[in-house]
Amino acid sequence: MPGASFSWMIGGPQGSGINLGAEILAKALSRLGYSVFGNIEYHSNIKGKHSYYRLRVADFSVRSHLDEVHLLAALDEETLLGDLYHEFPAHRGHVERVAAGGGILLEPEMVERVKERLGNREVKLCPIPYSEMVGKALTQAGKGGQAHEYRIMNNTAALGASAGLMGIPFEPVAEVIMSGFGGKARRVGETNVNCARFGYEYAQKEFKGLAFRPTPRPQRASSDKQIMLKGYQAVGMAKLRAGCGVQTYYPISPATDESVYLEEHQNKYNLVVLQTEDEVSAVDAAVMAAHGGVRAATSTSGPGFALMPEGLGFAAMTEAPGPVVCLYQRGGPSTGLPTRHEQGDLRFALHAGQGDIPRMVLAPGDLSECFYDTFDAFNYADRYQLPVILLLDKHLATQYGSLPAFDMSGLRIDRGELFDPAQGNGDYYRYRFTQSGISPRAIPGQEGTIFWTTSDEHDQVGHITEGIGNRLTMMSKRMKKMALVEAEIPETKKLTLVGRDDAPVLVLSWGSTKGAILDALARFDPDHKRTSFLQIRLLHPFPAQRVAWLLKRAAKVLCVESNYSCQLASLVREKTGIEVHHRVHKYDGHPFSEDEIVAGLEAAQQGAGEEILLSEGKVVGPTYGREQVEALVELREKFGRMAPPLVPLPPGYNR
Amino acid sequence: MATVTAPSLTVKDFKSEVHNDWCPGCGDFGIVTALQMALAKLQLAPHQVVVVSGIGCSGKTPHYMHTYGFHTLHGRVMPSVTGLKLANHKLTVIGVGGDGDAYGIGAGHFVNGGRRNLDITYLVFNNDVYALTKGQASPTIKKGMKTKSMSEASIMEALNPVALGLACGYTFVARGYALDVKHLAELIAQGIRHRGSALIDIFQTCPTYNDLHTKTWYEGKDKSQSRLLKLEETDYDPVVHHPSDSGEVSRKKAQALLKSEEDSERLPIGVFFKMEVPTYEEYLRQKGVLSEEPQATLDTIFRRDIQPLLDALA
Repeated sequence: MPGASFSWMIGGPQGSGINLGAEILAKALSRLGYSVFGNIEYHSNIKGKHSYYRLRVADFSVRSHLDEVHLLAALDEETLLGDLYHEFPAHRGHVERVAAGGGILLEPEMVERVKERLGNREVKLCPIPYSEMVGKALTQAGKGGQAHEYRIMNNTAALGASAGLMGIPFEPVAEVIMSGFGGKARRVGETNVNCARFGYEYAQKEFKGLAFRPTPRPQRASSDKQIMLKGYQAVGMAKLRAGCGVQTYYPISPATDESVYLEEHQNKYNLVVLQTEDEVSAVDAAVMAAHGGVRAATSTSGPGFALMPEGLGFAAMTEAPGPVVCLYQRGGPSTGLPTRHEQGDLRFALHAGQGDIPRMVLAPGDLSECFYDTFDAFNYADRYQLPVILLLDKHLATQYGSLPAFDMSGLRIDRGELFDPAQGNGDYYRYRFTQSGISPRAIPGQEGTIFWTTSDEHDQVGHITEGIGNRLTMMSKRMKKMALVEAEIPETKKLTLVGRDDAPVLVLSWGSTKGAILDALARFDPDHKRTSFLQIRLLHPFPAQRVAWLLKRAAKVLCVESNYSCQLASLVREKTGIEVHHRVHKYDGHPFSEDEIVAGLEAAQQGAGEEILLSEGKVVGPTYGREQVEALVELREKFGRMAPPLVPLPPGYNR
Repeated sequence: MATVTAPSLTVKDFKSEVHNDWCPGCGDFGIVTALQMALAKLQLAPHQVVVVSGIGCSGKTPHYMHTYGFHTLHGRVMPSVTGLKLANHKLTVIGVGGDGDAYGIGAGHFVNGGRRNLDITYLVFNNDVYALTKGQASPTIKKGMKTKSMSEASIMEALNPVALGLACGYTFVARGYALDVKHLAELIAQGIRHRGSALIDIFQTCPTYNDLHTKTWYEGKDKSQSRLLKLEETDYDPVVHHPSDSGEVSRKKAQALLKSEEDSERLPIGVFFKMEVPTYEEYLRQKGVLSEEPQATLDTIFRRDIQPLLDALA
């Protein structure tokens, strides 16, 4: 039954490999047939600052995290107690998130301070000397006495011990570790497997009676075969599958991972990945690559997208078939929260660029939609000859989830209307006036179709003109493509309704909130008796008619999104004239948890006001942030200033 | 460089029918004619040539050419030619833009475009002013100078395009003069033939706004008073004969740099520096990223098998 999922967290300083350990565990659990959902939180920092990785495991589908932790594996003191070495501490550590009856894996010397913080809360402390496990594994590899130098392996011991406490078999963990070490690196892999095994055995021997464990899985059925992937990989694979020929980018969190992923595979797949000098160049090169005849894409985040409106306008004005622009939103404004989550760029994506331009804005809501929507985006770009923006975000980019492998049988490439010189009648006009607004494309290098194109207003040939009649016709030719988009795209790709179309309560949202909302509804109203979910996937052109029809049928509408000003709610009002009843939002830099959505639904049910603000697992008031700042300072004063964390150095740089 | 067709093309084949609206006497006429002469000389098929411009008077150049033409954005010539060339490396791609476009608003692109060394040619129409907005100072106007269109003399240092081009890694760096069309056509032909990024900075007269650097100022009243010095008429050798010899590369760059600073009495025009090394697209070919067939016409791109990537995630 829903709710009986298992929530695990590992925390440590950046650079200590918590992501590697967590992802090994996640993959092992997936191979065992569990549904797994993982997400990482990290700072804009290379080494030293606090990071943590959560996994949620269940024998039913999980698509979001819980605020509660059942087993916490701590690699350092800050993970447990917070950054109490700052004048204004940023967080209080995770001991308070551990559920009653849950457990904490920690180094023995940290036990006293943690006990002090826990007071009389019933949490099982599981002290484990990581360095002993690492030392034993190194001794077997002929590197005895170097445990301190190889502190980086502590996360492997923690991973093994976690698997031991969860009561899952060790073999899949070993298999996944070894899959990362081929050829000459096999011995390194074996040392890591040994280290994990010592952790596993230690935990099984020493600690008994943890109240929580993942529900044991019966034998894995072959139909359970699933993959574990992240959003940026889904997007990257879709680009490869769609035939993208040029991808441009300028490094920026959290978008870079996708381009780096593509770079790793560019030789095998004839994909040019171009790192440019800035995002101005990235978008322009992509626009011109699209004009040149390839499917082109660029990936960026808010600050990079801020340099792209000029290029978007150029693409739209010259009716380039693309590019596909992947906008991985992060916390704004300005540089904002570079590695944190937000859905703050909806309005920006809708309006970026001077004048009125045709464009499409899509917002996939989960890993599988990241794949299919990216694939479709290239078809739209070619067919409608306009830029297509995919609104992604940090939460989608880095979440790590299990799902069935993609079904590629239904994927069709549509390159839109191409001009065939052999069948052409008379002169070729790149911007020929047509009924649909679409002028058949040609590409440079093709004989018999020489054309001109300009960012100035132009005539059908592509030469500059300021003539009034031409202006009126050309402007409407470009813009009427939007009506075509609205008419041609099937409703199933514009929005998704989960539940009845006449439920009294309708949760409305877009993008990466989908997982938390679906999970919350599975708990709050599992049979959708009273509550339905409407996810908008095509944000521009906005499916106003259908949305209005659905909203009018609901007695109460909650609009859920991760931004300050509730941008979808305002868009809905603009397009439908309907004011939602509750704006449920969050802008603290973290994605919604299942618990938070439930809290929001409950608050609405109990007659909360129009605005429901969420943070740290609950509905909060306007002064919550300030109270937290003060509470943290108090905590630091009460428990004394901690020493800043010790960052593990790579082997060979011992200190 | 695109393949050569039957030798029958003339300058006329590269002229479009569009009415030219540059000011009478504009140096740009010389440049567009020289470009057409160069293409005719190289017998390049018009449909295999793309002229890509920025914004400003020079930005209109593609409309006057009978080749594929892209009139893009202010300062974005380099990103534009880069994207186009990567989509189809068989095209002959020629960038054109003004001095403000290349060295002002597009400076970051100009710098990094040079570093990339794609096989492209970049013509910079250098007249010291932003003419289409009525003659404001551009990055190449000398400190202390004031054209009739400026309200005050410039108090900023002028940028040296040849020196900047060398510093950025352009592997062919030359300077031409708009009103010596034959000489310029020859330079452009060399630039197009050059395998790598070719920069040709062109002294261009602006009869409307630049009353300092006029035809008479450049050429003098008769040939003996001309300020222009053709490098090929001296014993100057711009070519790096052994690109693997880092000593020779440094010496030739230093020589070109010194030459570019000579501007008191005679202004050198011609080729300052030339070195053939593998281009960006050749490196991509070596890595297996690019095929012989351009990306734009590569069918296999639509039949990629991503199953191995999915399998790796199981």
